[in-house]
Amino acid sequence: MKSKTLKVEYLARVEGEGGLYIKVKDGRVAEVKLKIFEPPRFFEALLRGRNFAETPDITARICGICPVAYQMCAVHAMESAFGVRVGGQLRALRRLIYLGEWIESHALHVYLLHAPDFLGYEDAVRMAGDHPDVAERGLQLKKIGNEVVAAVGGREIHPINVRVGGFYRLPEKRELTPLVGRLEWAREAAVETVRWVAALPFPAFERDYTFVALRHPEEYPVNEGRVVSNKGLDIPGEEYDAHFEEEHVEHSNALHSVMKEGGEYCVGPLARYNLNFGLLSPPAQEAARTAGLDPVCRNPFKSIIVRSVEMVHACDEAIGIINDYEPPEEPFVEVRPRPATGYACTEAPRGILYHRYGVDGNGTVTDAKIVPPTAQNQKAIESDLREFVSRFLDLPEDKLQWQCEQAVRNYDPCISCATHLIKPRIVRE
Amino acid sequence: MDRRRKPKLAVWKFSSCSGCQLALLNLEDELLQVAGAVDIAYFPEASRAVAKGPYDLSLVEGSITTPHDVERIKDVRRESKYLVAVGACATAGGIQALRNFKDVNEFVSTVYASPEYIETLAKSTPIADHVLVDFELRGCPINKRQLLEVLSAFLHGRRPNTPPHSVCVECKQVGNTCVMVAQGIPCLGPVTHAGCGALCPAYNRGCYGCFGPMETPNPEALSEQWGRLGVGEEEIVRAYRGFNANAEAFRKEGEAREKQDAQS
Repeated sequence: MKSKTLKVEYLARVEGEGGLYIKVKDGRVAEVKLKIFEPPRFFEALLRGRNFAETPDITARICGICPVAYQMCAVHAMESAFGVRVGGQLRALRRLIYLGEWIESHALHVYLLHAPDFLGYEDAVRMAGDHPDVAERGLQLKKIGNEVVAAVGGREIHPINVRVGGFYRLPEKRELTPLVGRLEWAREAAVETVRWVAALPFPAFERDYTFVALRHPEEYPVNEGRVVSNKGLDIPGEEYDAHFEEEHVEHSNALHSVMKEGGEYCVGPLARYNLNFGLLSPPAQEAARTAGLDPVCRNPFKSIIVRSVEMVHACDEAIGIINDYEPPEEPFVEVRPRPATGYACTEAPRGILYHRYGVDGNGTVTDAKIVPPTAQNQKAIESDLREFVSRFLDLPEDKLQWQCEQAVRNYDPCISCATHLIKPRIVRE
Repeated sequence: MDRRRKPKLAVWKFSSCSGCQLALLNLEDELLQVAGAVDIAYFPEASRAVAKGPYDLSLVEGSITTPHDVERIKDVRRESKYLVAVGACATAGGIQALRNFKDVNEFVSTVYASPEYIETLAKSTPIADHVLVDFELRGCPINKRQLLEVLSAFLHGRRPNTPPHSVCVECKQVGNTCVMVAQGIPCLGPVTHAGCGALCPAYNRGCYGCFGPMETPNPEALSEQWGRLGVGEEEIVRAYRGFNANAEAFRKEGEAREKQDAQS
């Protein structure tokens, strides 16, 4: 049987710098490496000695695509350290800005980064040449997500209005209501997106994943919930460190997150969907059913449908939040620093994001730990590739390589996020 | 530029969060027009197609933090007619330049279990420390309107119009009441480069310096004003040690205040 090596020096259409290396020997996959050469930026170290109030703005800079996720984790972790709970309309506004980020990030991935793979285009601009209406719909969806983030946060990338305890300034009702009509259009466009992506060609490929996501009794998980899996895990976010660990391995690419009791696992839209289908809004459930997507989906290539279903949900819920919004009396809840450890787990667009901070009595950060979704998915990505290549070895070389790239993009990997935990030595064969 | 062919645009990433490249994709209403006006020849975050250089315009995001990137940026320069550094990482070293004030080995061992696998430089430095830069666009993140202005200016062979005055001028333009005068909120606006539209003061908070130092700033005078508002030296140092910590004016004022704090 044949031997070959597949190499992608620089993975395109992912956020950050990574490559791919797959070695096939005598018809069997001998080696799979998702290589990460994004340089490290040492966020956990540079957070030490900073004031707790600075953490949302500093950690936002880990990722330009999902800054809200970092801001939300930072504020929740600090509030857990200081024993403060933020409820009512402030909590609703936090959901709103986070849902805006989901819409923006998902539209970016579905239309600009992932769909071109299914249709055989190098990028969305080339796709737009043949499908101008589709590209326009995707860009407008993305724009509306950004508008929601900016309406609450001041700007779309690295918003400035989020603080521990709430916000610096509350939006007036009249600043948010114009978004309702836009979001109603977006909800329709998202339903149309589900229909469109469901008709794309999908490889017959499924694996028995351990899905890990948040679960909340009443709502599709965003800011809060217990960490659960489809294999029996059910813990509060504070116990994350007791069940998950990161391995810095002598393997040329990356550090892997694993479950102490179960090894590899998968986070992100597919995990959220499988664990929380019943909590999706009725139009989102309806869109999934109409598209023929079962409440259990184990085909990672179909994550593009799940992202689209989540966009329907996010638009729908955002409309409800704005309609019910009445500015509360104060823009934030006062917090008083105390020596403590704070934890938070929230659902970034790409899956659960974990922050843990040690803080002293002056509110100075003494210790920080951040685990982004992409670090958690790396093992699953490599396993997908190993199995995919084994099954589709007979595909022509260029097609197999492209599909391997596509298999990585199934996870919408954010290498910029993951890299503060990743070994960046550059090895280019 | 040769009028018969579209100018070739390249987008490069060094150490960064990808947010400034995203600003290009966030031009939702103009993106397809931009793609019509230029040939997007190299932009891995958006396309798997790669066209060989030379390129007419290179946008460079991120700071230089590895020995390999010291060499790579030279290659980029050689391949580019014009090179524009975009964002606080590329123009000042970014938040990762906080390592410049500490022992980097300590940073490595804080984050990584096996520090021997890590290859990194002791300092995070801006692009202009390594190669000639034709223009610097400030911001953490950059303003996408200003990015469009830069693209348009280079396409037409003129200098981009991005005013170098302070955020204070923008506050006056949008009609913000001064948060420092009226509410006593410490604000970096008087020394910070315009470009955000005076966003933070419009949200009842002081500017935190995303766009780095303005042209000819006077940070010493501002620090004294902060002192009068009751802000301690340590907090003043932290304010300058943000996303543009390594920009000269901010770096010097931070170091001066640190010295004073140590003496007192």
